[in-house]
Amino acid sequence: MSLLSAKGLSKHFNGLVAVEDVSLSVPEGQVRALIGPNGAGKTTLVGMLSGRIAPSSGAVSFDGQDVTVWPAHKRIAAGMGYTFQITSVFPNLSVLENVALAARRKVSENRRVIETVNVALDRVSLLDRRSEVAGDLSYGHQRLLEIAMGLAQSPKLLILDEPTQGLADGEVAAFNTLIDELRGNITVLLIEHNMDVVMQVADFVTVLDAGKVLFEGTPDDVKASAEVQAVYLGGGDAAA
Amino acid sequence: MDFGPYLMLATLEGAVTAAVLALTASGLALVFGVMRVVNVAHGEFFMLGAVLAWWVTHILGGSAAFGFVVALIVVPVLVGLLAAITDMTILKRIDYDPERTIVATIGILYILQQVTLMTYGPDARPVVPPFNTRIALPWFEFVDGKISLYWPWGLSITSYKLAVIGAAVLVLIGLWLLMTRSKLGLLMRATEQDRDMALAFGIPVERVYALVFGLGAGIAALAAVLIVPIQQAHYLMGHDPLLLSFIVVIIGGLGSLPGTVLAALLIGLSDGIISVFFSPTLAKILATLLVALVLVFRPQGLFGARKA
Amino acid sequence: MMGGMQKSLLLHGGVLVVLFALQFVLPAYHHGNLARIMVLASYAMGYNLLFGYTGLLSLGHALFFAAGLYGMGLAMSQFGLSAGIALMVGILLGALVGAVIGALALRTEGVAFMIVTLMFAQAGYLTVLYFGAYTRGDEGFVIAQADRVLLSLDLSDPTVRYFAAFSVFCAVFIMCYLAVQSRFGKVLIAIRENEDRARMLGYDVARYKLAAVVLSASLSALAGASYGLLFGYVGASFASVQYSIFPLLWVLLGGAGTVLGPLIGTLFMFYLIDLSSGITTAYMLIAGVVLVFLTLFAPQGLMGELRRRVWRWLP
Repeated sequence: MSLLSAKGLSKHFNGLVAVEDVSLSVPEGQVRALIGPNGAGKTTLVGMLSGRIAPSSGAVSFDGQDVTVWPAHKRIAAGMGYTFQITSVFPNLSVLENVALAARRKVSENRRVIETVNVALDRVSLLDRRSEVAGDLSYGHQRLLEIAMGLAQSPKLLILDEPTQGLADGEVAAFNTLIDELRGNITVLLIEHNMDVVMQVADFVTVLDAGKVLFEGTPDDVKASAEVQAVYLGGGDAAA
Repeated sequence: MDFGPYLMLATLEGAVTAAVLALTASGLALVFGVMRVVNVAHGEFFMLGAVLAWWVTHILGGSAAFGFVVALIVVPVLVGLLAAITDMTILKRIDYDPERTIVATIGILYILQQVTLMTYGPDARPVVPPFNTRIALPWFEFVDGKISLYWPWGLSITSYKLAVIGAAVLVLIGLWLLMTRSKLGLLMRATEQDRDMALAFGIPVERVYALVFGLGAGIAALAAVLIVPIQQAHYLMGHDPLLLSFIVVIIGGLGSLPGTVLAALLIGLSDGIISVFFSPTLAKILATLLVALVLVFRPQGLFGARKA
Repeated sequence: MMGGMQKSLLLHGGVLVVLFALQFVLPAYHHGNLARIMVLASYAMGYNLLFGYTGLLSLGHALFFAAGLYGMGLAMSQFGLSAGIALMVGILLGALVGAVIGALALRTEGVAFMIVTLMFAQAGYLTVLYFGAYTRGDEGFVIAQADRVLLSLDLSDPTVRYFAAFSVFCAVFIMCYLAVQSRFGKVLIAIRENEDRARMLGYDVARYKLAAVVLSASLSALAGASYGLLFGYVGASFASVQYSIFPLLWVLLGGAGTVLGPLIGTLFMFYLIDLSSGITTAYMLIAGVVLVFLTLFAPQGLMGELRRRVWRWLP
């Protein structure tokens, strides 16, 4: 059964087509990667899935409900966890409070909030930094804090927008391990530039180009596809 | 007086209000347009213009015309300089943060107003107009199917009021030419378009800002010098021009000069005409509500393009 | 070594005890002043909830203060209602005005929000003047001493008045203290710090902001109604733009986003203006200088600086 699906999603900005008739379906428990060259429409598509951008046409359904006209906060409350591409934490609040804000929407009892926070921070190895001010963390640690905030919501679907951007090699490896640990428990939609990460963690890959779905398949299929090679991997973006 | 002549009188009085308002509001619009900050102390620069005009004519004494002409030249420059100094010592230091600028200019508002109260005092003082001939105006009536002119009692305007309208038009044309035709205007527009790009191209953005802030205040002061022979100078007189300028600038589409002038005409004329028929308080209530609702429901078109 | 929670309880409780005790030692003049300050500080705390904690800078709070003041005053003068009921009318009117203005003004943000609230408050002020037949405009009207009775206590008696002012202050103070540490308060802080992120954590930001406006307006109206009832005067100057600037000034001075800040700021500013008005009629000069000074050098205010440097646990 698919947890998230899009049917014929399109977005036009003043006549410019950003996303054109995209349909996709992410089954429960899958780690889905969404890749494509810069300007392929990934951010716009994810914006429409999470409710940050209203689609020009098409429909989104999540967890058995049509959520097309739902505002973003309602979709999140229904079980979509979202992490920003450009790090967006609460810089003046402590690491603990950042994650607690994420946890507190579902859990009200103080003790359980702290438990949830500790588990999420432990997963991204930030537990010993919980009383630091978020804005003082290094860039990589702020990325990890973002992921912890996503985890603390115990979402059904976790949307990660370029989570490994700017991470050191060791941190990327830790991220891959984290996704492996999560596999099967929650569904992940991963927007990713780093092809190594995609090849390692994704169960299934959707390739977007010029606002349309160019290709769908397993990581191995993607590697083997001449079409993808020509448009995407050959374009120099793969190295990035 | 019959309705027709009455309406004409109201229109003429409204035109004087509109002319002064157009000038004052242009100053505010210029500052918002280029610097993207709201100067809440704008009305006080207007007030300073009127009060300084009284000082200058008072100190010079002699012929009314001489004192007035000196005031017309000196006062806007003085006020402009003061504003430029304010910009460099206060606004620049808070990096033109929009919200903090409003708070700071509220502080400046009180400082200017209260220092004026301490030095100039609480009295309203008149400035003698340089010339003030009463010009009777004709109206027409139909006598036996033919139009004939007559001079209704009370339908008149002074030569000075006509001169105010003329002067405002000249200054606005001058400002328009400055913005569109001069190198200075080009620098301002470049800064308005993209501050960082302007910096990258070596435009002295800080100096442009100080200049624009000074110019905006100077124009308000000039408007005040023009109006002071009709209105008298008082330390609280900045309040109404500030509010009306806000209304005009918002309705005119924040920062746009032609829009501002058009809105000033609309508000100034309708203010004159409406207050003939309705209570001026009611007119003001409707105007402020209108502006608030415009900002609520049409922010994109009328507030200009605020950077996210 | 005490934890932050205990220290904070001790400090805030101590402040209440001191305020309560002061009535027995203060001379009559300062006794009356402090009663005024406590009511005005309640207004400032209402303002702080929106400005300090939610990050919404309103320039039109006089509208809410005046809604409470006139709701109470007109209920008594026009409809002959008793003080207690009139007080409720004032608070409800404040909440209602808050809901309407909030729903409209929250469609904007930043500078536009400031201007919109300023404009609505100006329209409110002019409305008070326009209905001069009932409000008696600038001149205002007095609430007769005989009517200022609540629970058979004479509110014009200085001792009762001090106690009433203290009660209002206590109620608002404790409410704010608890609110800002509750889940609700923490979401407001999250909205102030990063609205988009708060939304993408699943919080209905628009609803929280509206709730903050209504709560802030209600507290401001409570302060306005209490002020009129305790000091017996209702006038248009309380609806003027100056009374929108005052709470901003008090909160900025005391420290936006701190529970104690509004009291400290109101206390300081009240006495600064009180002292300077003995010397000059231009006492608002002090307000101007303080505003500019704070924006330039201490945007955190007194308690904010204290929190930054010494007491990091300050709520």
